[in-house]
Amino acid sequence: MAPVLEVSGLTTVFHTRTGVVRAVQDVSFSVEAGETLAIVGESGCGKTMTALSLMRLIPMPPGEITAGTVKVAGTDLLTLDEASMRKMRGSQIAMIFQEPMTALNPLFTVGRQIAEMVSLHENVSRRVANDRAVEMLQHVRIPAPERRAREYPHQMSGGMRQRAMIAMALACKPKVLIADEPTTALDVTIQAQVLDLIDDLRKELGTAVVLITHDLGVVAETADRMIVMYAGRKVEEGTTKDLFADPCHPYLQGLLASVPRLGASGSQRLREIPGVVPSLSDLPKGCAFADRCSSAIGKCLEAIPPLEQKRPGHSAACWVT
Amino acid sequence: MSDAWYYARRYPLGVAGAIILIVFVLTALLANVVAPFDPLTTNARASLAPPSGTYWIGADMMGRDMLSRMIHGARISLAVALGATCIGSGLGAMLGLASGYLGGWFDLIVQRIAEIMQSLPLLVMALVITASLGPSLTNTIIAIAIPLIPNVARVIRANVLSLRELNYVEAARAVGMGQARIALRHVFPNTLAPLIVLATAQLGSTILTEASLSFLGLGVPEPYPSWGRMLSESAAEYIRSAPWLVIFPGLAISLVVFGANLFGDALRDILDPRQGD
Amino acid sequence: MLDYILRRLALMVLTLFGVSVAIFLLLRIVPGNIADILFDSAGMIDPAEKQQITKDLGLDLPLVEQYARWIGGLAHGDLGYSYVSEKPVLDEILPRIPITARLAGLALLFAVCTGVPFGVISAVRQNSWLDYILRVFSLLFLSMPSFWLGLLVLMAFVNWFGILPIYDKAPPTWGAFALMLGVPAATVGLRSSALIMRLTRSSMLEVLRQDYVRTARSKGLSEGAVTFVHALRNAVLPVITTIGIETAFLFGGLIVTETVFNIPGVARFLVEAIRWRDYPMVQNLVMFIAVIVVMVNLIVDIAYMFVDPRIRLRA
Repeated sequence: MAPVLEVSGLTTVFHTRTGVVRAVQDVSFSVEAGETLAIVGESGCGKTMTALSLMRLIPMPPGEITAGTVKVAGTDLLTLDEASMRKMRGSQIAMIFQEPMTALNPLFTVGRQIAEMVSLHENVSRRVANDRAVEMLQHVRIPAPERRAREYPHQMSGGMRQRAMIAMALACKPKVLIADEPTTALDVTIQAQVLDLIDDLRKELGTAVVLITHDLGVVAETADRMIVMYAGRKVEEGTTKDLFADPCHPYLQGLLASVPRLGASGSQRLREIPGVVPSLSDLPKGCAFADRCSSAIGKCLEAIPPLEQKRPGHSAACWVT
Repeated sequence: MSDAWYYARRYPLGVAGAIILIVFVLTALLANVVAPFDPLTTNARASLAPPSGTYWIGADMMGRDMLSRMIHGARISLAVALGATCIGSGLGAMLGLASGYLGGWFDLIVQRIAEIMQSLPLLVMALVITASLGPSLTNTIIAIAIPLIPNVARVIRANVLSLRELNYVEAARAVGMGQARIALRHVFPNTLAPLIVLATAQLGSTILTEASLSFLGLGVPEPYPSWGRMLSESAAEYIRSAPWLVIFPGLAISLVVFGANLFGDALRDILDPRQGD
Repeated sequence: MLDYILRRLALMVLTLFGVSVAIFLLLRIVPGNIADILFDSAGMIDPAEKQQITKDLGLDLPLVEQYARWIGGLAHGDLGYSYVSEKPVLDEILPRIPITARLAGLALLFAVCTGVPFGVISAVRQNSWLDYILRVFSLLFLSMPSFWLGLLVLMAFVNWFGILPIYDKAPPTWGAFALMLGVPAATVGLRSSALIMRLTRSSMLEVLRQDYVRTARSKGLSEGAVTFVHALRNAVLPVITTIGIETAFLFGGLIVTETVFNIPGVARFLVEAIRWRDYPMVQNLVMFIAVIVVMVNLIVDIAYMFVDPRIRLRA
């Protein structure tokens, strides 16, 4: 099956007073219909900037996408004019955000905000759009959807708002859904529900999902494949199963070692990765992780390691492993 | 010093405002030296003299040199601006500090009084106070200072309320420091930035209020050459025959207030970014 | 909600009571006896006449009783008599209200219609040369005294058209009517406009940073729809709350503008009453102004509850 989202060589920079911030550098990946790809990394590693670049929602200026292609079903989004890009947003590629509390407009009813999406992309009457909004709310398992559609965001709980956001994002059946930390702001019990919902809708609608998260537990549960980002670059890619079982990059090894596990012997201390992420405006010449890496060798400080296949379907950017 | 340069380059308009204010203050201080004529000496032959080599911006009906009157008028504006702002902001800050820090019934009463005062437009209150006290320079300053108090008190109070909750104030209380000492040593210094910003923002409005009061004939009385009085009603009669009587004093007021506003805006951005955009 | 309105009404009565006491006392600490002043200005010399005046005006009564008389009268719509015209105060004030109200309404309309759009433009084009120019001009307009601006406008009229826009009770044409009210209204509204522009700009900048604006963009809405449907609605809310302050601000401008353009409204009348030391008139006029400001604030607060669902549905 041909991938529905193909990103290659995506590079996004920000021009600031202190210099050029390289937020995303040469990132490539692809997602097939009905597949979930997770993008994993610490905060500030370029995950969200990658997502916003896909939507072309980077504030420009100061931001600029300097290279790469983002193909959705064969159309390169980065070459479209603004009007054509607007037609793509919502209808072909949609996004849900981290903060359900603030991502919905407080002055409009939830139903109206969903219906707005429908009438924007489909030539239907207001009534049909409103009906679709109620239908979508039902679809995301919100009880009493007709009443809820007439409510304002502040009348709903965080979990319900995030579901309403999902209803809105999927109202036009986009081919690609980008979920940027969709559960980070929610209670643990609600998190699982929302993730299940996204998963069920993916299966049902055949949507390709890009799940952005720092939570490896979430990744293990929902993603088919994953990519790991560090300091704006992709450092490892493969199936979730492979990467968890046998991480190649010392960074992912470190990340996995820092996750508490049930069943691990109680006395074993969690390991943390020493040091901090380097500043994106002042990256080292070699591997960005070298400073924090216990197995770094001389070469790591000299040149950026290329992404190479280490095992079948599993690649990493590291000189050592 | 490098800080000053950094801000100066980031806020060119603020620098322009500062320069206007400095020129204004120097003019007021050196009025006796700078003014070419005595501002009060009348000269029947120069009545309504148009701008010329002698009278650069003309003379008024009594033949007094407009430029000299304007230069001396800067003194009145400066005195009123500084006097009213200091009194108003000072009293307002003390009330705000006390009511925010003490709370309770004192706070309640101060709040109610502030509300009462704020239900009258600034100029109306200043008018009534001058009407009651009678026209004089001191009374004008008082009349303009009093309406400033509630606003300052409210801003400082809100600031104190948020400061009270901070850890270091809690800590000072925990180690048994006295209430008055905490208020003065720990809370008050942290309200200085918003206070300075507020006071600067009011400089312009005090000058405008004085000008309005004097224009209405209820501000600084003759023979002081106040800019507002120079524009007072009789000027309307001369808009055809002697427009310089109307143009220049108003220009002086606008320029100084503009300078104060530019400077105040930049200062606010630097000292207290939350207050503005 | 009803609870809230009732509580606000009670507070409003309390505030107005405070205002009345404050005005009353302020006008009683006048240096010199009011009777003396009136007596002198009327050119009378007979001390018996002076006693008569004092008695007529109730100035011989204790302060509390004088105050009670005033407030009691207010409650019955009896505001006493003007010292100057000796007509009932109410008869003097009432015909002047529509004049000032019309002027204020027009000025506010002008201020909103210019201030909000320019504020939006300035925020959307933040840090562009257009934003810079708009900001400098708004600050400049805030720095010009209203009365000077009025004088400049008059001067322009004299020079360019050879006429003065003089106030006329019954203007001959609609054009003359528009000119007669429109010019002073724009003059006094310019400062309010600048104030509204600055408020709109900063509020709009705040809103444009919000997540829901990004959400609106991610739906594929055009910049226009994002700005005017999603952002502007949120941005005008804080601007609405300042209408009470605007009204007070506008009134200051009206006092001098009515004086400059010779418009026989309430605002100019206050200055005249102060000059003539017509204390019953001053007392009642100031009270009237306070009532207007307090009521506008109350109406704005209640209106705000209906505009913002977060407050409307809180109960």
